[in-house]
Amino acid sequence: MTDLSLADPPSALGQQAGIRSDLNASRVRSAWIFLAPTLLVLALVAGWPLLRTIYFSFTNASLTNLEGAEFVGFKNYLSWITLKSGRTVYNGLLADPAWWNAVWNTLKFSAISVTIETVLGLVVALVLNANFPGRGLVRAAILIPWAIPTIVSAKMWAWMLNDQFGILNDLLLGLGLISQKIAWTANPETAMVAVLIVDVWKTTPFMALLILAGLQMVPSDIYEAAKIDGVHPLKVFWRLTLPLIRPALMVAVIFRMLDALRIFDLIYVLTPNNAQTKTMSVLARENLFDFDKFAYGATASTMLFLIIAAITVAYMWFGRVNLEGGER
Amino acid sequence: MRTMLNALSFCAAIIAAGTASAAELSLAANTTGKNVNFIREQLDIFEKQTGHKVSLVTMPPSSSEQFSQYRLWLAAGNKDVDVYQTDVVWAPQLADQFVDLTEATKDVVGQHFPSIIASQTVNGRLVALPAFTDAPALYYRKDLLEKYGKTPPKTWDELAATAKEIQEKERAAGQGDLWGYVFQGNAYEGLTCNALEWIKSSGGGQIVEPDGTISINNEKAAAAIDRVKEWIGAISPQGVLAYQEEESRGVWQTGNAVFMRNWPYAYALGNGDDSAVKGKFAVAPLPTATDGDQPSSTLGGWNLAVSKYSDDQEAAIALVKFLASPEVQKQRAIQLSNLPTVAALYDDAEVAKAQPFMPAWKPIFQSAVPRPSAVTKVKYNEVSAKFWNAVHNTLSGNGTAAENLELLEVELTNMKGDSW
Repeated sequence: MTDLSLADPPSALGQQAGIRSDLNASRVRSAWIFLAPTLLVLALVAGWPLLRTIYFSFTNASLTNLEGAEFVGFKNYLSWITLKSGRTVYNGLLADPAWWNAVWNTLKFSAISVTIETVLGLVVALVLNANFPGRGLVRAAILIPWAIPTIVSAKMWAWMLNDQFGILNDLLLGLGLISQKIAWTANPETAMVAVLIVDVWKTTPFMALLILAGLQMVPSDIYEAAKIDGVHPLKVFWRLTLPLIRPALMVAVIFRMLDALRIFDLIYVLTPNNAQTKTMSVLARENLFDFDKFAYGATASTMLFLIIAAITVAYMWFGRVNLEGGER
Repeated sequence: MRTMLNALSFCAAIIAAGTASAAELSLAANTTGKNVNFIREQLDIFEKQTGHKVSLVTMPPSSSEQFSQYRLWLAAGNKDVDVYQTDVVWAPQLADQFVDLTEATKDVVGQHFPSIIASQTVNGRLVALPAFTDAPALYYRKDLLEKYGKTPPKTWDELAATAKEIQEKERAAGQGDLWGYVFQGNAYEGLTCNALEWIKSSGGGQIVEPDGTISINNEKAAAAIDRVKEWIGAISPQGVLAYQEEESRGVWQTGNAVFMRNWPYAYALGNGDDSAVKGKFAVAPLPTATDGDQPSSTLGGWNLAVSKYSDDQEAAIALVKFLASPEVQKQRAIQLSNLPTVAALYDDAEVAKAQPFMPAWKPIFQSAVPRPSAVTKVKYNEVSAKFWNAVHNTLSGNGTAAENLELLEVELTNMKGDSW
């Protein structure tokens, strides 16, 4: 992680000589010029759609009539009317139980999947970091699940998880672990488990790769020193390895977390419309395109964006992650 | 064959008169069964006759997924797809995006059943021409029913009892994978169709009545869904809650089900050479709650619509007329066992020979129950989704039917507001 901050003041060096300051200013200028195309493209492909979505969430737009959208304020988020009987009825996304169910599903999915993937990824990375013959081949092979497009692997798993023809039930039956075939994606108790199994299978290699990169930055002489001192391997792991790869680990977890919070494709293929696994993204898409509620879907997307942003900021704060390198 | 060729050259003549040069068209159609293979063959004929080129855009078999893709394309004014194969319930929701076919088809529209033409007419505009209609059947294993001296069931309870008995005895005899009854229980449009049949045949109404009243919260409807709840895990595998048409056909066609509820397309496929149940099954109308009631099949069917964003609407209309013509519908009936929308084909000897069940199907689909798509207009998809969720929740053990239907009534009332 090198320091790329543009706003860094020239600091002490700059004050010593005015020439250096001029030079620095021109360097900053050319940096901006080089960055401009990237920033422009980002604004076009990320900024503009985001602002449009936020705008639509305050209107009554429908997919067939986007131009005719009228401003309705916060009605899509929350509105209430007081009935003659004195009872207040709440409407809008924030009063929608389906939305909160989706939020809960997403958080549950993210917490469990990221935890399992981090632990497994760490184990795999430690194994791959060791010296053994054929290491290159194994490193390449372990990336295969990550290389398969999610739609394809989800469909593949859907067949493997099929209750009647699925290989998973066949294996478990053959081993005597279950007494009758389980309907993995249909049963409300196992639907989330099925999604988690596939996600862990798919994404552990990604975590392993990022953590492996961190492991390789750890200088080997530290381990040699520990070995000479006769430190127990477990202690080496907890006291040396883990603290040293912590920055890489935290960044890997953030990436995974951002991904997990907006999970869509896997669930859409594996268990579409199932209330037990419906996530925020699936709910947003349903309202945007299936139902005639484009503005409501835009509201859900905006909330999804805010929730992810809030969680990321909180994580970076509490985890003391500094993306510019080093401790905060 | 001769008449077919004649008719084709006739079509070609009309088309040649209408278009000056060859056009490049594309047609979006779903992949259920052998639908796309069949359409491709017909398109080859069309291409030869007219000189136009038609490419096929294949869509997923799930109609819910297909619909949202259509909606996206049409909202974006997509010019790449000229002709859309559409479900019977989509006309009111997509009407504004399709070309009015009234003028262009006035010479052929009289061949089709008036009720189907009416279902595709929105505010006086004919938005799609029917390609085939659909009314599901109860598929049953003739050999197994004969073996145990049973007749095709007339009521749902009879079906459950027969299914249970045969399933138990066959399993004891070593058929460990055999199930009594498979249907479509996944949370999607197909469950709306299935559940509407259970409820309507029990006298529980049709979710939203044609006058707009929300009728779903009643004891008969709740009893009908509770009855099906009993089947899950007993005569139907728990996995049925994730089955769509093709998954249930998979269980059926490998010989692992006594009964199946499915659309007529499964008839021709079940009699295919690779089918384990070839020649061993027959179809009957769906059962009712009590003997003597009117059987209720949900009205399905697929139509062809021309996008108003198409650059070559004239050629596209010619393609629609070709695919909806009696000749193509006849081939469809013979090869795919899809029900024609042309009345005369039900008296056709060749159709009756290839699909013996078909002549008897005419009264069934004529009395079929429409889904409440006309009355709920653009909100139909949401109504349907709320309904299938309520049913799916009940079947998977999340609350009783009575509780879920009560909640559904509240949600639908909210959604309806002052009027649909």
